[in-house]
Amino acid sequence: MQELGMAEQGSIRVTRKDDNVVVIEKDLATEEMVLSMGPQHPSTHGVLKLECLTDGEVVTSAEPYLGYLHRCFEKHCEMVDYPAIVPYTDRMDYLAGMNNEWAYCIAVEKLLDIEIPRRVEFIRVIVSELNRIASHLVAIGTYAIDLGAFTPFLFCFRDREHILSLLEWASGARMLYNYIWIGGVAFDVPVDFNKRVKEFVDYFRPKAVELSSLLTENEIFVKRTKGIGIMPADVAINYGWSGPMLRGSGVQWDLRRNDPYSVYPELDFRIPVPDGKFTDIGDCLSRHLVRALEIEESLSIIEQCLLKMPGSEGFNPRIAVPKRVRPKAGEVYGRAENPRGELGYYIQSDGKSTKPLRCKARSSCFVNLSAMKDLSKGQLIPDLVAIIGSIDIVLGEVDR
Amino acid sequence: MSDFEIGGAAPQSVQQAAAAYEVVREMFGGAVSDFDANEFMPFFEVLEPEKWPDIALFMRDHPKLKFNYMACLSGVDYPDDEKLGIVCNLESLGIFGHRIAVKVKCSREGGVIPTVAYVWHTANWHEREAYDMFGMQFSGHPDLRRILCPEDWEGFPLRKDYKVQESYHGIKVPY
Repeated sequence: MQELGMAEQGSIRVTRKDDNVVVIEKDLATEEMVLSMGPQHPSTHGVLKLECLTDGEVVTSAEPYLGYLHRCFEKHCEMVDYPAIVPYTDRMDYLAGMNNEWAYCIAVEKLLDIEIPRRVEFIRVIVSELNRIASHLVAIGTYAIDLGAFTPFLFCFRDREHILSLLEWASGARMLYNYIWIGGVAFDVPVDFNKRVKEFVDYFRPKAVELSSLLTENEIFVKRTKGIGIMPADVAINYGWSGPMLRGSGVQWDLRRNDPYSVYPELDFRIPVPDGKFTDIGDCLSRHLVRALEIEESLSIIEQCLLKMPGSEGFNPRIAVPKRVRPKAGEVYGRAENPRGELGYYIQSDGKSTKPLRCKARSSCFVNLSAMKDLSKGQLIPDLVAIIGSIDIVLGEVDR
Repeated sequence: MSDFEIGGAAPQSVQQAAAAYEVVREMFGGAVSDFDANEFMPFFEVLEPEKWPDIALFMRDHPKLKFNYMACLSGVDYPDDEKLGIVCNLESLGIFGHRIAVKVKCSREGGVIPTVAYVWHTANWHEREAYDMFGMQFSGHPDLRRILCPEDWEGFPLRKDYKVQESYHGIKVPY
Protein backbone atom coordinates (compact mmCIF):
# COMPACT_ATOMS: atom_id res chain seq x y z
CA MET A 1 0.00 0.00 0.00
CA GLN A 2 1.46 3.25 -1.08
CA GLU A 3 0.54 6.58 0.25
CA LEU A 4 0.18 9.50 -2.11
CA GLY A 5 1.52 12.30 0.00
CA MET A 6 0.50 15.04 -2.37
CA ALA A 7 -3.16 14.18 -2.10
CA GLU A 8 -3.26 14.48 1.63
CA GLN A 9 -5.14 17.71 1.92
CA GLY A 10 -7.43 18.60 4.70
CA SER A 11 -9.38 15.63 5.77
CA ILE A 12 -9.29 13.71 2.47
CA ARG A 13 -6.69 10.97 2.27
CA VAL A 14 -6.04 9.25 -1.03
CA THR A 15 -4.20 5.93 -1.00
CA ARG A 16 -3.31 3.45 -3.71
CA LYS A 17 -3.43 -0.28 -3.15
CA ASP A 18 -1.20 -2.76 -4.88
CA ASP A 19 -3.68 -3.66 -7.56
CA ASN A 20 -3.84 -0.03 -8.55
CA VAL A 21 -7.12 0.66 -6.86
CA VAL A 22 -7.31 4.19 -5.55
CA VAL A 23 -8.95 4.50 -2.18
CA ILE A 24 -10.21 7.86 -1.11
CA GLU A 25 -10.88 8.06 2.58
CA LYS A 26 -13.03 10.95 3.58
CA ASP A 27 -13.20 12.32 7.01
CA LEU A 28 -15.30 15.25 5.97
CA ALA A 29 -16.53 17.75 8.41
CA THR A 30 -20.23 17.25 9.05
CA GLU A 31 -20.99 20.65 10.45
CA GLU A 32 -23.89 22.46 8.83
CA MET A 33 -23.34 24.96 6.09
CA VAL A 34 -25.12 28.29 5.93
CA LEU A 35 -26.68 28.90 2.55
CA SER A 36 -28.21 32.27 1.95
CA MET A 37 -31.02 32.35 -0.61
CA GLY A 38 -32.07 35.77 -1.69
CA PRO A 39 -32.95 38.60 -1.37
CA GLN A 40 -32.46 38.57 -5.14
CA HIS A 41 -33.16 34.92 -5.75
CA PRO A 42 -35.64 34.43 -8.58
CA SER A 43 -37.48 31.60 -6.89
CA THR A 44 -38.36 33.69 -3.87
CA HIS A 45 -40.87 35.75 -5.89
CA GLY A 46 -39.52 39.06 -4.74
CA VAL A 47 -37.11 40.23 -2.12
CA LEU A 48 -37.23 37.50 0.47
CA LYS A 49 -34.09 36.22 2.08
CA LEU A 50 -33.93 32.69 3.40
CA GLU A 51 -31.02 31.76 5.59
CA CYS A 52 -30.81 28.02 5.27
CA LEU A 53 -28.74 25.68 7.36
CA THR A 54 -27.90 22.74 5.15
CA ASP A 55 -26.49 19.34 5.87
CA GLY A 56 -25.34 18.34 2.43
CA GLU A 57 -28.40 18.66 0.25
CA VAL A 58 -30.82 18.57 3.14
CA VAL A 59 -32.12 21.77 4.69
CA THR A 60 -32.16 21.54 8.44
CA SER A 61 -33.64 24.98 9.00
CA ALA A 62 -34.65 27.95 6.89
CA GLU A 63 -35.18 31.29 8.56
CA PRO A 64 -36.98 33.93 6.48
CA TYR A 65 -35.79 37.53 6.69
CA LEU A 66 -38.34 40.12 5.67
CA GLY A 67 -38.64 43.83 5.42
CA TYR A 68 -36.80 44.59 2.19
CA LEU A 69 -40.02 45.97 0.73
CA HIS A 70 -41.36 47.61 3.87
CA ARG A 71 -43.07 50.83 2.83
CA CYS A 72 -44.60 51.86 6.16
CA PHE A 73 -48.22 51.24 5.14
CA GLU A 74 -49.46 51.48 8.70
CA LYS A 75 -47.55 54.68 9.41
CA HIS A 76 -48.89 56.28 6.24
CA CYS A 77 -52.42 55.32 7.25
CA GLU A 78 -52.19 57.49 10.35
CA MET A 79 -51.35 60.52 8.22
CA VAL A 80 -53.94 60.44 5.43
CA ASP A 81 -57.74 60.46 5.35
CA TYR A 82 -59.74 57.26 5.13
CA PRO A 83 -60.44 57.42 1.36
CA ALA A 84 -56.79 58.22 0.64
CA ILE A 85 -55.72 54.90 2.11
CA VAL A 86 -57.40 52.97 -0.71
CA PRO A 87 -54.54 53.52 -3.21
CA TYR A 88 -52.03 52.38 -0.58
CA THR A 89 -53.87 49.09 -0.20
CA ASP A 90 -53.44 48.47 -3.93
CA ARG A 91 -49.73 48.50 -3.48
CA MET A 92 -49.72 45.81 -0.83
CA ASP A 93 -50.71 42.79 -2.84
CA TYR A 94 -50.17 44.28 -6.26
CA LEU A 95 -51.42 41.17 -8.02
CA ALA A 96 -54.88 41.46 -6.48
CA GLY A 97 -55.50 45.16 -6.01
CA MET A 98 -59.28 44.94 -6.25
CA ASN A 99 -59.49 42.41 -3.44
CA ASN A 100 -57.28 44.52 -1.20
CA GLU A 101 -59.36 47.63 -1.74
CA TRP A 102 -62.51 45.73 -1.13
CA ALA A 103 -61.36 44.28 2.19
CA TYR A 104 -60.39 47.75 3.37
CA CYS A 105 -63.70 49.24 2.26
CA ILE A 106 -65.59 46.45 4.03
CA ALA A 107 -63.84 47.33 7.28
CA VAL A 108 -64.55 51.07 7.00
CA GLU A 109 -68.11 50.54 5.82
CA LYS A 110 -68.75 48.42 8.90
CA LEU A 111 -67.78 51.39 11.07
CA LEU A 112 -69.74 53.87 8.94
CA ASP A 113 -72.84 51.71 8.70
CA ILE A 114 -73.82 52.69 5.16
CA GLU A 115 -75.93 50.76 2.72
CA ILE A 116 -74.25 49.86 -0.55
CA PRO A 117 -76.32 49.93 -3.78
CA ARG A 118 -76.98 46.46 -5.10
CA ARG A 119 -75.40 47.06 -8.48
CA VAL A 120 -72.22 48.25 -6.78
CA GLU A 121 -72.01 44.97 -4.90
CA PHE A 122 -72.24 43.01 -8.12
CA ILE A 123 -69.63 45.18 -9.83
CA ARG A 124 -67.34 44.60 -6.87
CA VAL A 125 -67.83 40.85 -7.00
CA ILE A 126 -67.16 40.73 -10.75
CA VAL A 127 -63.97 42.81 -10.67
CA SER A 128 -62.68 40.99 -7.60
CA GLU A 129 -63.30 37.58 -9.04
CA LEU A 130 -61.63 38.63 -12.29
CA ASN A 131 -58.72 39.81 -10.24
CA ARG A 132 -58.69 36.55 -8.32
CA ILE A 133 -58.35 34.64 -11.58
CA ALA A 134 -55.55 36.95 -12.71
CA SER A 135 -53.76 36.46 -9.42
CA HIS A 136 -54.11 32.69 -9.49
CA LEU A 137 -52.83 32.68 -13.07
CA VAL A 138 -49.65 34.41 -11.93
CA ALA A 139 -49.36 32.02 -9.01
CA ILE A 140 -49.72 28.97 -11.23
CA GLY A 141 -47.50 30.35 -14.00
CA THR A 142 -44.63 31.34 -11.75
CA TYR A 143 -44.94 28.09 -9.82
CA ALA A 144 -44.49 26.20 -13.07
CA ILE A 145 -41.41 28.27 -13.85
CA ASP A 146 -39.97 27.48 -10.43
CA LEU A 147 -40.24 23.82 -11.26
CA GLY A 148 -38.80 24.17 -14.74
CA ALA A 149 -41.89 24.31 -16.97
CA PHE A 150 -41.90 27.42 -19.09
CA THR A 151 -44.92 26.98 -21.35
CA PRO A 152 -47.69 27.25 -18.75
CA PHE A 153 -46.26 30.59 -17.68
CA LEU A 154 -46.76 31.99 -21.17
CA PHE A 155 -50.28 30.56 -21.35
CA CYS A 156 -51.10 32.16 -18.00
CA PHE A 157 -49.78 35.57 -18.92
CA ARG A 158 -51.54 35.53 -22.27
CA ASP A 159 -54.90 34.99 -20.56
CA ARG A 160 -54.14 37.30 -17.68
CA GLU A 161 -53.63 40.05 -20.22
CA HIS A 162 -57.33 39.79 -21.17
CA ILE A 163 -58.34 40.32 -17.57
CA LEU A 164 -56.00 43.25 -17.11
CA SER A 165 -57.44 44.87 -20.25
CA LEU A 166 -60.96 44.42 -18.90
CA LEU A 167 -60.03 45.92 -15.54
CA GLU A 168 -58.16 48.73 -17.26
CA TRP A 169 -61.25 49.46 -19.29
CA ALA A 170 -63.33 49.69 -16.13
CA SER A 171 -60.94 51.53 -13.85
CA GLY A 172 -58.28 53.16 -16.02
CA ALA A 173 -55.36 51.26 -14.52
CA ARG A 174 -53.87 47.87 -15.10
CA MET A 175 -52.76 46.86 -11.65
CA LEU A 176 -53.15 49.68 -9.14
CA TYR A 177 -56.79 50.49 -9.60
CA ASN A 178 -58.20 52.74 -6.85
CA TYR A 179 -61.55 51.59 -8.23
CA ILE A 180 -63.47 50.34 -5.20
CA TRP A 181 -64.19 53.31 -2.96
CA ILE A 182 -65.65 53.52 0.50
CA GLY A 183 -69.40 53.31 -0.15
CA GLY A 184 -69.25 52.63 -3.87
CA VAL A 185 -67.03 52.34 -6.89
CA ALA A 186 -65.24 55.09 -8.77
CA PHE A 187 -67.17 54.68 -12.04
CA ASP A 188 -69.93 52.52 -13.36
CA VAL A 189 -68.62 49.78 -15.64
CA PRO A 190 -68.44 50.80 -19.32
CA VAL A 191 -71.26 50.04 -21.75
CA ASP A 192 -70.90 46.48 -23.05
CA PHE A 193 -68.55 45.57 -20.21
CA ASN A 194 -70.77 42.66 -19.23
CA LYS A 195 -70.79 41.41 -22.79
CA ARG A 196 -67.02 41.45 -22.97
CA VAL A 197 -66.72 39.72 -19.61
CA LYS A 198 -69.08 37.03 -20.83
CA GLU A 199 -66.97 36.66 -23.96
CA PHE A 200 -63.89 36.30 -21.80
CA VAL A 201 -65.52 33.65 -19.61
CA ASP A 202 -66.54 31.65 -22.66
CA TYR A 203 -63.06 32.01 -24.13
CA PHE A 204 -61.27 31.15 -20.92
CA ARG A 205 -63.26 28.08 -19.82
CA PRO A 206 -61.53 25.64 -22.22
CA LYS A 207 -58.18 27.39 -21.67
CA ALA A 208 -58.45 26.78 -17.93
CA VAL A 209 -58.97 23.09 -18.56
CA GLU A 210 -56.03 23.06 -20.95
CA LEU A 211 -53.83 24.84 -18.44
CA SER A 212 -54.85 22.48 -15.72
CA SER A 213 -54.07 19.42 -17.81
CA LEU A 214 -50.74 20.91 -18.82
CA LEU A 215 -49.56 20.88 -15.23
CA THR A 216 -51.55 18.50 -13.09
CA GLU A 217 -51.24 15.73 -15.65
CA ASN A 218 -47.55 16.32 -16.08
CA GLU A 219 -45.52 13.50 -14.59
CA ILE A 220 -42.53 15.66 -13.73
CA PHE A 221 -44.64 18.35 -12.13
CA VAL A 222 -46.52 15.83 -10.02
CA LYS A 223 -43.29 14.15 -8.93
CA ARG A 224 -41.81 17.45 -7.88
CA THR A 225 -44.82 18.48 -5.80
CA LYS A 226 -46.62 15.41 -4.52
CA GLY A 227 -45.84 14.62 -0.91
CA ILE A 228 -43.62 17.67 -0.55
CA GLY A 229 -44.16 20.16 2.25
CA ILE A 230 -47.09 18.44 3.90
CA MET A 231 -48.95 20.54 6.43
CA PRO A 232 -51.54 18.81 8.62
CA ALA A 233 -54.84 20.62 9.03
CA ASP A 234 -54.64 21.32 12.77
CA VAL A 235 -51.13 22.75 12.52
CA ALA A 236 -52.22 24.86 9.56
CA ILE A 237 -55.05 26.34 11.63
CA ASN A 238 -52.72 26.96 14.55
CA TYR A 239 -50.39 28.79 12.19
CA GLY A 240 -53.30 30.95 11.10
CA TRP A 241 -53.20 29.81 7.51
CA SER A 242 -56.11 30.80 5.33
CA GLY A 243 -57.20 30.73 1.73
CA PRO A 244 -55.89 28.12 -0.72
CA MET A 245 -53.17 27.16 1.74
CA LEU A 246 -55.65 26.09 4.40
CA ARG A 247 -57.98 24.49 1.89
CA GLY A 248 -55.00 22.58 0.52
CA SER A 249 -54.74 20.98 3.96
CA GLY A 250 -58.31 19.79 3.60
CA VAL A 251 -60.14 22.40 5.69
CA GLN A 252 -63.21 23.60 3.86
CA TRP A 253 -62.94 27.20 4.99
CA ASP A 254 -63.71 30.18 2.82
CA LEU A 255 -64.70 33.56 4.18
CA ARG A 256 -67.06 34.03 1.25
CA ARG A 257 -69.07 31.16 2.71
CA ASN A 258 -68.14 31.07 6.39
CA ASP A 259 -68.23 34.77 7.17
CA PRO A 260 -70.27 35.93 4.19
CA TYR A 261 -70.10 39.49 2.97
CA SER A 262 -71.61 41.36 0.04
CA VAL A 263 -73.85 39.25 -2.23
CA TYR A 264 -71.93 35.98 -1.86
CA PRO A 265 -74.78 34.28 0.05
CA GLU A 266 -76.90 34.56 -3.13
CA LEU A 267 -74.29 32.95 -5.31
CA ASP A 268 -73.77 29.29 -5.80
CA PHE A 269 -70.21 28.05 -5.76
CA ARG A 270 -68.20 25.15 -4.45
CA ILE A 271 -65.22 25.36 -2.14
CA PRO A 272 -62.69 22.95 -3.63
CA VAL A 273 -60.62 20.92 -1.20
CA PRO A 274 -58.39 17.96 -2.05
CA ASP A 275 -59.96 14.56 -1.48
CA GLY A 276 -56.70 12.68 -1.09
CA LYS A 277 -57.15 10.48 -4.15
CA PHE A 278 -54.78 12.29 -6.45
CA THR A 279 -52.67 14.19 -3.95
CA ASP A 280 -51.44 13.74 -0.41
CA ILE A 281 -53.63 16.13 1.55
CA GLY A 282 -51.69 19.21 2.57
CA ASP A 283 -48.81 18.91 0.11
CA CYS A 284 -47.68 21.37 -2.53
CA LEU A 285 -49.71 19.66 -5.23
CA SER A 286 -52.92 20.04 -3.19
CA ARG A 287 -52.34 23.74 -2.84
CA HIS A 288 -51.71 24.07 -6.56
CA LEU A 289 -54.81 22.03 -7.33
CA VAL A 290 -56.99 24.18 -5.09
CA ARG A 291 -55.91 27.27 -7.01
CA ALA A 292 -56.56 25.62 -10.34
CA LEU A 293 -60.04 24.54 -9.26
CA GLU A 294 -60.82 27.94 -7.77
CA ILE A 295 -60.35 29.54 -11.14
CA GLU A 296 -63.30 27.55 -12.44
CA GLU A 297 -65.42 28.49 -9.44
CA SER A 298 -64.60 32.16 -9.98
CA LEU A 299 -65.69 31.85 -13.60
CA SER A 300 -69.01 30.43 -12.48
CA ILE A 301 -69.45 33.21 -9.89
CA ILE A 302 -68.84 35.82 -12.58
CA GLU A 303 -71.41 34.23 -14.87
CA GLN A 304 -74.04 34.22 -12.13
CA CYS A 305 -73.31 37.86 -11.32
CA LEU A 306 -73.73 38.86 -14.95
CA LEU A 307 -77.19 37.31 -14.91
CA LYS A 308 -78.29 38.73 -11.55
CA MET A 309 -76.80 42.20 -11.84
CA PRO A 310 -79.38 45.03 -11.85
CA GLY A 311 -79.40 47.37 -14.85
CA SER A 312 -77.66 50.71 -14.98
CA GLU A 313 -80.77 52.93 -15.32
CA GLY A 314 -80.60 55.78 -12.86
CA PHE A 315 -77.51 54.27 -11.30
CA ASN A 316 -74.98 56.48 -9.61
CA PRO A 317 -71.95 54.53 -8.44
CA ARG A 318 -71.03 57.26 -5.96
CA ILE A 319 -74.46 57.75 -4.41
CA ALA A 320 -73.44 56.18 -1.11
CA VAL A 321 -69.89 57.53 -1.11
CA PRO A 322 -69.68 59.81 1.93
CA LYS A 323 -68.45 63.36 1.33
CA ARG A 324 -66.41 63.25 4.48
CA VAL A 325 -65.51 59.94 6.05
CA ARG A 326 -65.62 60.33 9.78
CA PRO A 327 -66.63 57.03 11.41
CA LYS A 328 -67.95 56.91 14.93
CA ALA A 329 -65.57 55.99 17.68
CA GLY A 330 -64.81 52.32 17.87
CA GLU A 331 -62.72 49.51 16.58
CA VAL A 332 -63.42 47.08 13.83
CA TYR A 333 -61.79 44.07 12.30
CA GLY A 334 -63.01 43.69 8.73
CA ARG A 335 -61.83 40.96 6.44
CA ALA A 336 -62.37 39.40 3.07
CA GLU A 337 -61.22 36.38 1.13
CA ASN A 338 -58.23 37.37 -0.94
CA PRO A 339 -56.62 35.11 -3.55
CA ARG A 340 -53.96 34.38 -0.96
CA GLY A 341 -56.17 34.03 2.07
CA GLU A 342 -57.75 36.15 4.71
CA LEU A 343 -56.89 39.81 4.37
CA GLY A 344 -58.05 41.71 7.43
CA TYR A 345 -57.87 45.31 8.54
CA TYR A 346 -57.98 46.29 12.16
CA ILE A 347 -59.09 49.93 12.27
CA GLN A 348 -59.37 52.12 15.32
CA SER A 349 -61.30 55.36 15.07
CA ASP A 350 -61.63 58.07 17.70
CA GLY A 351 -64.84 59.47 16.26
CA LYS A 352 -63.45 62.98 15.75
CA SER A 353 -60.71 62.72 13.19
CA THR A 354 -60.96 61.90 9.50
CA LYS A 355 -57.82 59.81 9.87
CA PRO A 356 -57.66 56.43 11.57
CA LEU A 357 -55.89 56.23 14.89
CA ARG A 358 -54.53 52.87 13.91
CA CYS A 359 -54.91 50.80 10.79
CA LYS A 360 -53.28 47.42 10.82
CA ALA A 361 -53.31 45.13 7.84
CA ARG A 362 -53.40 41.43 8.60
CA SER A 363 -51.65 40.14 5.57
CA SER A 364 -52.36 36.61 4.47
CA CYS A 365 -48.92 36.03 2.94
CA PHE A 366 -47.19 37.23 6.10
CA VAL A 367 -49.02 34.65 8.16
CA ASN A 368 -48.69 31.88 5.59
CA LEU A 369 -44.97 32.50 5.26
CA SER A 370 -44.42 32.25 9.02
CA ALA A 371 -44.76 28.48 8.73
CA MET A 372 -41.73 28.36 6.42
CA LYS A 373 -39.33 27.36 9.18
CA ASP A 374 -41.34 24.28 10.09
CA LEU A 375 -42.23 23.39 6.52
CA SER A 376 -38.67 23.41 5.28
CA LYS A 377 -37.19 21.18 7.95
CA GLY A 378 -35.64 18.10 6.40
CA GLN A 379 -36.44 19.00 2.81
CA LEU A 380 -34.05 19.03 -0.09
CA ILE A 381 -32.98 22.39 -1.48
CA PRO A 382 -34.89 21.97 -4.78
CA ASP A 383 -37.98 21.06 -2.76
CA LEU A 384 -37.53 24.22 -0.75
CA VAL A 385 -38.11 26.13 -3.97
CA ALA A 386 -41.24 24.08 -4.59
CA ILE A 387 -42.51 24.92 -1.11
CA ILE A 388 -41.91 28.66 -1.41
CA GLY A 389 -43.68 28.65 -4.74
CA SER A 390 -46.67 26.82 -3.33
CA ILE A 391 -47.09 29.39 -0.54
CA ASP A 392 -47.56 31.95 -3.33
CA ILE A 393 -46.15 34.96 -1.53
CA VAL A 394 -46.30 38.51 -2.76
CA LEU A 395 -43.63 40.38 -0.88
CA GLY A 396 -45.49 43.64 -1.21
CA GLU A 397 -48.08 42.21 1.13
CA VAL A 398 -45.68 40.44 3.44
CA ASP A 399 -43.68 43.60 4.15
CA ARG A 400 -46.42 46.18 3.59
CA MET B 1 -73.71 44.81 31.13
CA SER B 2 -74.53 45.59 27.55
CA ASP B 3 -77.21 47.52 25.75
CA PHE B 4 -78.29 44.53 23.72
CA GLU B 5 -79.25 42.11 26.43
CA ILE B 6 -82.10 44.32 27.63
CA GLY B 7 -83.67 44.59 24.22
CA GLY B 8 -82.61 41.10 23.23
CA ALA B 9 -81.70 42.33 19.75
CA ALA B 10 -77.99 41.60 19.77
CA PRO B 11 -76.61 40.16 16.56
CA GLN B 12 -75.96 36.47 16.79
CA SER B 13 -72.19 36.89 16.64
CA VAL B 14 -72.25 39.18 19.68
CA GLN B 15 -74.43 36.73 21.62
CA GLN B 16 -72.01 33.92 20.85
CA ALA B 17 -69.08 36.06 21.94
CA ALA B 18 -70.88 36.97 25.17
CA ALA B 19 -71.51 33.30 25.91
CA ALA B 20 -67.85 32.52 25.32
CA TYR B 21 -66.83 35.41 27.54
CA GLU B 22 -68.96 34.07 30.40
CA VAL B 23 -66.95 30.84 30.38
CA VAL B 24 -63.69 32.77 30.65
CA ARG B 25 -65.11 35.04 33.35
CA GLU B 26 -66.24 32.09 35.42
CA MET B 27 -62.73 30.65 35.40
CA PHE B 28 -60.62 33.76 35.78
CA GLY B 29 -62.95 36.19 37.59
CA GLY B 30 -61.25 39.47 38.31
CA ALA B 31 -58.36 38.90 35.92
CA VAL B 32 -60.58 39.90 32.99
CA SER B 33 -62.61 43.06 32.55
CA ASP B 34 -66.29 43.32 31.74
CA PHE B 35 -67.42 42.36 28.27
CA ASP B 36 -67.77 45.18 25.76
CA ALA B 37 -70.63 44.01 23.55
CA ASN B 38 -70.31 46.45 20.70
CA GLU B 39 -71.50 45.16 17.36
CA PHE B 40 -68.28 45.78 15.41
CA MET B 41 -65.74 43.97 17.52
CA PRO B 42 -66.91 42.56 20.87
CA PHE B 43 -63.96 42.35 23.21
CA PHE B 44 -62.77 42.05 26.77
CA GLU B 45 -59.56 43.13 28.37
CA VAL B 46 -57.11 41.08 30.38
CA LEU B 47 -56.48 43.17 33.50
CA GLU B 48 -53.64 41.03 34.84
CA PRO B 49 -51.27 40.59 31.91
CA GLU B 50 -49.26 37.85 33.65
CA LYS B 51 -52.34 35.60 33.40
CA TRP B 52 -52.69 36.16 29.65
CA PRO B 53 -50.91 32.93 28.55
CA ASP B 54 -53.11 30.90 30.93
CA ILE B 55 -56.22 32.58 29.61
CA ALA B 56 -55.05 32.02 26.04
CA LEU B 57 -54.41 28.34 26.62
CA PHE B 58 -57.77 28.01 28.39
CA MET B 59 -59.53 29.70 25.49
CA ARG B 60 -57.83 27.47 22.96
CA ASP B 61 -58.46 24.16 24.71
CA HIS B 62 -61.71 24.52 26.66
CA PRO B 63 -64.34 22.27 25.03
CA LYS B 64 -66.89 25.08 24.94
CA LEU B 65 -64.51 27.70 23.54
CA LYS B 66 -61.97 26.11 21.16
CA PHE B 67 -60.53 29.37 19.90
CA ASN B 68 -58.09 27.52 17.66
CA TYR B 69 -57.40 30.34 15.21
CA MET B 70 -55.76 33.68 15.88
CA ALA B 71 -56.78 35.87 12.99
CA CYS B 72 -54.81 38.95 13.91
CA LEU B 73 -52.67 40.47 16.63
CA SER B 74 -52.26 44.24 16.41
CA GLY B 75 -50.11 46.43 18.56
CA VAL B 76 -51.74 49.66 19.69
CA ASP B 77 -50.43 52.81 21.36
CA TYR B 78 -52.58 54.57 23.97
CA PRO B 79 -50.59 57.74 24.67
CA ASP B 80 -53.32 59.26 26.89
CA ASP B 81 -53.25 56.34 29.31
CA GLU B 82 -49.47 55.99 29.08
CA LYS B 83 -50.02 52.44 27.83
CA LEU B 84 -49.17 50.15 24.97
CA GLY B 85 -51.29 47.19 24.13
CA ILE B 86 -52.17 44.38 21.83
CA VAL B 87 -55.53 43.44 20.34
CA CYS B 88 -56.00 39.77 19.44
CA ASN B 89 -58.83 38.67 17.18
CA LEU B 90 -59.64 35.07 17.95
CA GLU B 91 -61.94 32.68 16.22
CA SER B 92 -63.09 29.11 16.60
CA LEU B 93 -62.44 27.99 13.05
CA GLY B 94 -64.56 25.15 11.83
CA ILE B 95 -65.78 24.15 15.30
CA PHE B 96 -68.14 26.77 16.74
CA GLY B 97 -67.43 29.73 14.52
CA HIS B 98 -67.62 32.29 17.31
CA ARG B 99 -65.28 35.26 17.38
CA ILE B 100 -64.01 37.50 20.14
CA ALA B 101 -61.27 40.06 20.60
CA VAL B 102 -58.95 40.25 23.59
CA LYS B 103 -56.97 43.28 24.68
CA VAL B 104 -53.86 43.22 26.83
CA LYS B 105 -52.15 46.40 27.96
CA CYS B 106 -48.82 47.20 29.52
CA SER B 107 -47.06 50.37 30.58
CA ARG B 108 -45.47 52.55 27.93
CA GLU B 109 -41.93 52.48 29.29
CA GLY B 110 -40.46 49.01 29.73
CA GLY B 111 -43.82 47.34 29.40
CA VAL B 112 -43.88 43.56 29.29
CA ILE B 113 -46.60 41.24 28.02
CA PRO B 114 -46.13 37.48 28.28
CA THR B 115 -45.97 35.78 24.92
CA VAL B 116 -48.64 33.49 23.51
CA ALA B 117 -46.45 32.25 20.65
CA TYR B 118 -46.59 28.80 22.25
CA VAL B 119 -50.38 28.81 22.13
CA TRP B 120 -50.87 30.03 18.57
CA HIS B 121 -47.96 29.94 16.13
CA THR B 122 -49.49 32.99 14.43
CA ALA B 123 -48.57 35.07 17.44
CA ASN B 124 -44.87 34.47 16.89
CA TRP B 125 -44.38 36.82 13.95
CA HIS B 126 -47.17 39.17 14.95
CA GLU B 127 -45.59 39.72 18.36
CA ARG B 128 -42.26 40.37 16.66
CA GLU B 129 -44.01 42.94 14.50
CA ALA B 130 -45.69 44.56 17.50
CA TYR B 131 -42.32 44.73 19.26
CA ASP B 132 -40.74 46.16 16.13
CA MET B 133 -43.32 48.90 15.81
CA PHE B 134 -44.18 49.71 19.44
CA GLY B 135 -41.34 48.44 21.59
CA MET B 136 -43.18 46.42 24.21
CA GLN B 137 -41.38 43.27 25.31
CA PHE B 138 -42.93 39.84 25.02
CA SER B 139 -41.47 37.78 27.83
CA GLY B 140 -40.73 34.19 26.92
CA HIS B 141 -40.88 34.80 23.19
CA PRO B 142 -38.70 32.28 21.32
CA ASP B 143 -37.13 34.78 18.94
CA LEU B 144 -37.89 38.41 19.76
CA ARG B 145 -36.13 40.41 17.06
CA ARG B 146 -37.21 43.18 14.77
CA ILE B 147 -38.95 41.79 11.73
CA LEU B 148 -39.76 44.58 9.26
CA CYS B 149 -37.30 47.32 10.24
CA PRO B 150 -33.53 46.80 10.14
CA GLU B 151 -32.14 45.39 13.36
CA ASP B 152 -30.18 48.54 14.17
CA TRP B 153 -33.07 50.92 13.59
CA GLU B 154 -33.65 53.43 16.37
CA GLY B 155 -37.01 54.00 17.96
CA PHE B 156 -40.38 52.41 17.45
CA PRO B 157 -42.10 53.87 14.39
CA LEU B 158 -45.77 53.44 15.21
CA ARG B 159 -45.63 55.14 18.59
CA LYS B 160 -47.53 58.39 18.40
CA ASP B 161 -44.55 60.44 19.61
CA TYR B 162 -42.04 58.81 17.26
CA LYS B 163 -39.33 61.04 15.84
CA VAL B 164 -37.48 59.60 12.91
CA GLN B 165 -33.72 59.33 13.28
CA GLU B 166 -31.57 61.88 11.42
CA SER B 167 -29.38 59.44 9.56
CA TYR B 168 -29.00 55.73 9.13
CA HIS B 169 -25.53 54.48 8.19
CA GLY B 170 -24.73 57.87 6.71
CA ILE B 171 -27.97 58.08 4.72
CA LYS B 172 -30.22 61.03 5.46
CA VAL B 173 -33.52 59.57 6.60
CA PRO B 174 -36.24 62.28 6.48
CA TYR B 175 -36.75 63.04 2.84
